[in-house]
Amino acid sequence: MTHSDSDVVLAVENLQTHLYTKRGLVRAVDGVSFDLRSGETLGIVGESGSGKSMTALSLVRLIPRPAARIVGGSVRLDGEEILEKSEAEMRAIRGEQIAMILQDPQSSLNPVFTVGDQIAETFQLQGKQPRGRMRERAIAALREVQVADPENRVSNFPHEMSGGMKQRVVGAIAVARRPRVLIADEPTTSLDVTIQAQYLRLLRSIQQQTGTSIIFITHDFGIVAKMCDRVAVMYAGRIVEYGPVHSIFATPSHPYTQALIASVPSPDTKVERLESIEGQPPVPWDLPKGCRFAPRCPFVMDRCRADYPPMFATQSAGDGDAEAEHAAACRLLEGES
Amino acid sequence: MPSSIRESGSSSRDVRPRGRSGRAPFVSIAILFFFLVLPSLVPDLMAPHDPLQGVFADRLRPPVFFGGTWEYPLGTDQLGRDILSRIIHGASVSLSVSLTGIFLGGLVGTTLGMIAGYFGGAVDAIIMRLVEVTMSIPLILLGLVLALSLGSSFQSIIIVIVLVLWAYYARQIRGEVLTIRERVFIDRARVAGASHLRILIRHIFPNIVNTLIVLATLQVAVVIIMEATLSFLGLGLPRPFPAWGLMVADGRTLIVRAWWIAFFPGLSIMLVVLALNVLGDWLRDRLDPKLRQL
Amino acid sequence: MNAQPLIEARRLSKHFDVGRGAPTGKKKVVKAVDGVDFAIRRGTTLALVGESGCGKTTTARLLLRLETPTAGSVYLDGADIHDLPRGERAEFRRRVQAVFQDPWASLNPRMRVRDLVAEPLVANNRLSRSAVTDRVAEVLTGVGLTPDHMRNFPHEFSGGQRQRIAIASALISQPRVLILDEPVSALDVSIRSQIMNLLKDIQQRLSVTYLLVAHDLGTTRYMADRTAVMYLGRIVEIGDTDTVFEGPAHPYTQALFSAALPARPATESREIVLDGEVPSPLNPPSGCPFHTRCPVKIGRRCEEETPKLQPVPGPGGTHLAACHLMDDMEGQRG
Repeated sequence: MTHSDSDVVLAVENLQTHLYTKRGLVRAVDGVSFDLRSGETLGIVGESGSGKSMTALSLVRLIPRPAARIVGGSVRLDGEEILEKSEAEMRAIRGEQIAMILQDPQSSLNPVFTVGDQIAETFQLQGKQPRGRMRERAIAALREVQVADPENRVSNFPHEMSGGMKQRVVGAIAVARRPRVLIADEPTTSLDVTIQAQYLRLLRSIQQQTGTSIIFITHDFGIVAKMCDRVAVMYAGRIVEYGPVHSIFATPSHPYTQALIASVPSPDTKVERLESIEGQPPVPWDLPKGCRFAPRCPFVMDRCRADYPPMFATQSAGDGDAEAEHAAACRLLEGES
Repeated sequence: MPSSIRESGSSSRDVRPRGRSGRAPFVSIAILFFFLVLPSLVPDLMAPHDPLQGVFADRLRPPVFFGGTWEYPLGTDQLGRDILSRIIHGASVSLSVSLTGIFLGGLVGTTLGMIAGYFGGAVDAIIMRLVEVTMSIPLILLGLVLALSLGSSFQSIIIVIVLVLWAYYARQIRGEVLTIRERVFIDRARVAGASHLRILIRHIFPNIVNTLIVLATLQVAVVIIMEATLSFLGLGLPRPFPAWGLMVADGRTLIVRAWWIAFFPGLSIMLVVLALNVLGDWLRDRLDPKLRQL
Repeated sequence: MNAQPLIEARRLSKHFDVGRGAPTGKKKVVKAVDGVDFAIRRGTTLALVGESGCGKTTTARLLLRLETPTAGSVYLDGADIHDLPRGERAEFRRRVQAVFQDPWASLNPRMRVRDLVAEPLVANNRLSRSAVTDRVAEVLTGVGLTPDHMRNFPHEFSGGQRQRIAIASALISQPRVLILDEPVSALDVSIRSQIMNLLKDIQQRLSVTYLLVAHDLGTTRYMADRTAVMYLGRIVEIGDTDTVFEGPAHPYTQALFSAALPARPATESREIVLDGEVPSPLNPPSGCPFHTRCPVKIGRRCEEETPKLQPVPGPGGTHLAACHLMDDMEGQRG
């Protein structure tokens, strides 16, 4: 799936991150590959334990140490290998080139500094500037994320703001230096529905203005439907299906994706009985051999249990057209392509 | 166990920093066993001499490597009593004083702390004012008053210890209960129809046991020092009890001529207290729900 | 509505004192629930939906007798639950049980599954140990677990299994009402539908009455027979779920529904994005609580007069909304 396209910003290949727990080795990210193209939004969707957050943290090398280690693969930002950078070089990349918005705005902000100071801090890393100028830039950054009354809000402390407003401040800090890539890890999970809608709209408009590429980590197919151009579905450390959002929703090809989409009730239509996936996700330190979804899969075949299936292009994938590429790691597709 | 059972859902929950609180502090446990537990259980088997009856002719003998003999490995005091035997017998004094004091202090403090934290309001205010008052009274003053009014005895030193300790338990436990009380499983218990007493005993108490164990371990050290301090000042156990603090006090006047009389009991106090603190810290990390391996 | 409602809230209010304001010394009061009326018929589900701070959880806690109302009352089978004689309180506990949101928080980590599940029996009844154990085995089987699980601790289970344990415990005293406080929102997506289907099956099998507290509209649509939308402590709209979802009448309901995430990618957006945030319940707006953000406000009347719940034009008459626009519509029709 790696193309020599010049518009690929971030190329991830066979990324492997292991966690060393007392229970044993957990292959949290187990051979994940994807491309992020310029200006697009890529969704990485999965349940807890699927490895989606660990993938995000691996991209900026902020995995919990010493428990976790990136043991293999490659992450290239504009063609440059990130995994070989020194810690100092990495610090320069974070924020400048790749920024992150985390789930909980509360813990992303320091409670003892005003939001203005915290926004200014990101500019200060670019070199000392006079205080008045800093304030100006902080106000401009708040205006950009559509915080009402930024002149006064700039001297607020985090606890004086609502959750939605704090998450805007986190967003302001993240996009302040115009990063090439913005990783948003469940940024709206703690927000209310109407505030979530506002925030998603804000992210869209920032992306349109700045051309930032966004990786959206989420468990919610609704967010994928609303925000993303392409999507990668993760299960137990692996990408089981990826493709353009429209294609994934129209013809989900991996049984896990199919079941997941079918098991979410929609507010728009009345359903008598929801489908549900039986069983539990596998224990991370004791993954089944072969396809990890096999124990829960209604279409399981003998060879699914033998070895892990490779990616197969789906029928809906157009030939040679990169935009339409849609593939799934499922033996059911083997004969088709 | 059925294979469908697995650990908590998120993988991040299972990540523990490695190398923290991993190995048990074996040295501390060994020190406590040989210096405190074993001598208090079988002092007569371990002590070579009578701790109370000295041999006048053998008084002020130095320890074995300082010109003394193996007869008295740690030397003798001014009455010719064997220091080693007195330290061995003193261990049981230290242990029984601290166990009794901590148990009673913990009982009073935990009960009041749980009541204060769970019910809140006026009850809480009264108990917490009492805690503050208790904590503001200097230990020495309290010891002095009680020793004068009750006379120095095992009972009066226990009373002093309980009066001091309960407040620490009450304050710590109340804080803990305040947060446990807000947890959803307490709501669930109320919805199930559990009485206040049942909630306190079945739901809250098991969740503070860890804190109690850690607190008690760290308090043993505090109590040994308290007992030593009080005895040193002559407010604790009456002579000729071989209490460690009392021995340090008695050796003080002879510190230049016969340093060993005060030195070895002092060293015992230090080693035991240090070992208890290390053990207590390890237990705290070990039992902390946030660090515990679920 | 021919059947007598099993549970009914009348003018239910809960105000919390939160100290005094510094400059005026006036008492500050949060009106968490402010004059709420609803009724739930036997064997049906009413959902309370709304954003955080709308009062849905406080309402649920009032129904569980975890809070005492400032005004108004809750009736179970005609009896005021906050005014029960001592002897009937244990009976109330047996009849009204709850399933809470987070199964990691709602199960005491120090208790074994058997004791967790048996709690409502042991706290209220005098059954023999073996009778209790038999009953635990029975309800565990009923929620898709096995009696072997009895001796395990909660941390040995996944989120979905824990929620099953919580449901088993809620069912053990054969309750007639279950308060479901966000029962699936803490669970993984692939587990949610299992639990929702389980709850639906249980309702059908045992004809239990549900009060569902939810913020997720898909869950509400799937689970509830009737839906009440709350905003700043008040019900702004209530009606049959399908009617409310297909023809939301109150401007807030319309905005809330349009902000919900789509089930599949849509080419065009029909979104009504509200400006600003929910006002502080410490200082709620005068008149209609929604007038500060309402896109279709009709003038001074909305700022001054609090609208009452009134029938939405249409068949049935059980679809109500608290909006002055309803008057206008009536007027136009008449």
